[in-house]
Amino acid sequence: MESMSVGLTHFLVLSSLLFSLGIYGILTRKNAVLVLMGVELVLNSANINFIAFSRFGNFGYDGQLMALFVIVLAAAEAAIALAIVLNIYKSFHNVNVDEIDKLKE
Amino acid sequence: MNDPLILYASLITLFLPVAGFALVTFSLGRIKKVFIGEISLMAVSLLSSVYILIDKLFLHPGVTSVFEFSWISFATGTGNQPINVKLGISVDSVTAILMFAVMLISFLVHLFSVEYMHGDKRFNRYFGYLGLFTFSMLGIVLTHNLLMMYIFWELVGLSSYLLIGFWFEKDSAADAAKKAFLVNRIGDIGMFLGILILFITYGTFTFSEIFAGIGSGKLPFDSEGWLTAAGILVFLGAVGKSAQFPLHVWLPDAMEGPTPVSALIHAATMVAAGVYLVIRIFVMLTADAMVFIAVIGALTAFISATIALTQNDIKKVLAYSTISQLGYMVMSLGVGAYAFAFFHLITHAFFKAGLFLGSGSVIHAMHHEQDIRNMGGLRKKMPVTYFSFLAYTLAICGIPLTSGFLSKDGILAGTYSFGLLTGHWLIPILGFSVVLLTAFYMFRLLFKTFHGKPADLHKYEHAHESPFLMAMPLVVLAVLSVFFWYGLNPASPDSAWFVSKWIDVPAKVVPESSNFSFMNTTATGGESLYNAEYTEAQHHAHFPTMIMSLLFDIVAIGLALLFYIYFKLNSRKLAAALPAVYNFSLRKWYFDEFYNGVIVKGTLLFSSGLYAFDKYIIDGIVNFSAYLTKLISRVSSAFDIIFVDGLVNFTAYINGFAGKHLRRIQTGKVQTYLVLVLFALLTLIILFKP
Repeated sequence: MESMSVGLTHFLVLSSLLFSLGIYGILTRKNAVLVLMGVELVLNSANINFIAFSRFGNFGYDGQLMALFVIVLAAAEAAIALAIVLNIYKSFHNVNVDEIDKLKE
Repeated sequence: MNDPLILYASLITLFLPVAGFALVTFSLGRIKKVFIGEISLMAVSLLSSVYILIDKLFLHPGVTSVFEFSWISFATGTGNQPINVKLGISVDSVTAILMFAVMLISFLVHLFSVEYMHGDKRFNRYFGYLGLFTFSMLGIVLTHNLLMMYIFWELVGLSSYLLIGFWFEKDSAADAAKKAFLVNRIGDIGMFLGILILFITYGTFTFSEIFAGIGSGKLPFDSEGWLTAAGILVFLGAVGKSAQFPLHVWLPDAMEGPTPVSALIHAATMVAAGVYLVIRIFVMLTADAMVFIAVIGALTAFISATIALTQNDIKKVLAYSTISQLGYMVMSLGVGAYAFAFFHLITHAFFKAGLFLGSGSVIHAMHHEQDIRNMGGLRKKMPVTYFSFLAYTLAICGIPLTSGFLSKDGILAGTYSFGLLTGHWLIPILGFSVVLLTAFYMFRLLFKTFHGKPADLHKYEHAHESPFLMAMPLVVLAVLSVFFWYGLNPASPDSAWFVSKWIDVPAKVVPESSNFSFMNTTATGGESLYNAEYTEAQHHAHFPTMIMSLLFDIVAIGLALLFYIYFKLNSRKLAAALPAVYNFSLRKWYFDEFYNGVIVKGTLLFSSGLYAFDKYIIDGIVNFSAYLTKLISRVSSAFDIIFVDGLVNFTAYINGFAGKHLRRIQTGKVQTYLVLVLFALLTLIILFKP
């Protein structure tokens, strides 16, 4: 029996799971901070995809480079998003995304 | 030779009367005695015309002074010939004499009117109109082209209209003014057409250029018939203005105007304009046109003389006698007695103006009584008027020693020789019978007015001789009715200065084939109008004419004496014996009835027909198309409301409906949007997956 080596499929399944978890978190959590955490999960699932295709695909180092970009982007995004959340909290005195539906108006 | 002094004198004569009109008009009634200014201007104008007269008759006889300037010019006109419309004046002896006559009579009428119109509420305006009329008439006399002739022609019509209708409060005066204007217009249409024919052929309005064109052999539409037509059409203008048959009906009605106006306009000058026009176009008249003109003139003379026999209004008798005498002049031109026609124009102007002023004097004295049946015996009350009236009456009847004898016998001799040469005997027969009629009705008028017993004692008691300003013109005109001024031999019309010295008969320019053979210039080397044949015929005609006309005069005057002085014959019984003839004359040959019945009624019928056509056909079409439009717009409106608006509203409804339902997904919650995004993404992926 061949030794089971970790292949592209494993990575993709992992990243899909992670993505789905992230989406689930985004869609179901009421707390804005938790929603942001879901977003992080989605970003990282994408990163896993990049790295995986960089390793197994024939694309050189483009995937790794892109992953680095995403990490930096995620950091920046987290900073801005948290700032927004803080401001939301200042305005509405909570961070429950269900209750913040001012857009409707 | 163009003497600038003649130009200045002509312009002064022409424009001072209209300056008088302007003076009166623009004083706006604020200057009480403004008429004095107008009369002074007329006096200067008269002096100026005397200068021209002396220059043309004695200093430079036979010289025609022409002053013209180019008004409009086109490089190419009809038939590629240049058109050059010139305005200008031409002064020859005919012009000078007529201008003087117009000015003299106009001036005398002004003086006469000062008394006659005294107390009229539009006194000053009256003199303004007289000035306007004099200006227009002088314009006709002076002009050297048909265009200006036509313009002044219409101005004369206008001022005549204003003066006939001067007492426009009277319906009859207003109607008479309208009638005169409209009847004249009929003639003017003919004149206008004639002018157009000449203009499109020769590209000019100037008389001399048109005649030169005809002389060079160029004819309208290359046909002698059209030349005849042009002549007759222009002559139609004269038929209207000079009150020739069948357009003579306006003149008797025009007697509604003030009597001095009748003297100036409807006896001496305006009606002379028509004759003057024929004199001007004489050289282009073909033989056919001349016969036509002669017949019209003879008929006019005869018809109006018969009407004058039975009229009872003093002015109506004179009006018909005027028409009759104008018929003489026109007839005279038609038979080629050119100089005599003009001679008679002048002599008639003087004695007829005198007759009218005399009748004005009578009417004034009788407190506006015009019916001769209510007069009588006035000669003792008004000696000056009587004797001058007698002088004019003798002149119009052509009794020797008067001016009328010379001119009238010339005309009659002309018709007689015309009859000898061409066989048109109708013309001399009518001409001679008019002598008889004229003498009779004129003496009837004289006897009934001045002789016998006064019919209306009350008015007779109050009658008085007219004041100096009215009597003086009568005397002047009476003196001018004596032969002496026109020729030294009272028995020889041919030696009158008009014929022998002053008037040069121009040579005809029409093609020889359409001219009378005895008027062809080649036979006489272009020297004179007439060849030996005609001269001889005139010599033959002279003596019988004189005898016959004298005989007729004596018979007629004798009859008048028997009827109205000695009462041997009773005119009423005669009238009762011949009611048809009497009524025919009294009702003026039923011309007015005929015109009313046929022309006016016909026009009315025609216009009511047109009205019906308008009302039913044209209005029908218009209304139907309006109805159709309305119908179509109803349909279109329904389509708009139901279909177009429906479509618009349906779109709006759809949008509203969609909006109403779609708004539900706009929750404002981030997560909902995200779900939708994901859903859409998934859908896209599924749809476009490779």
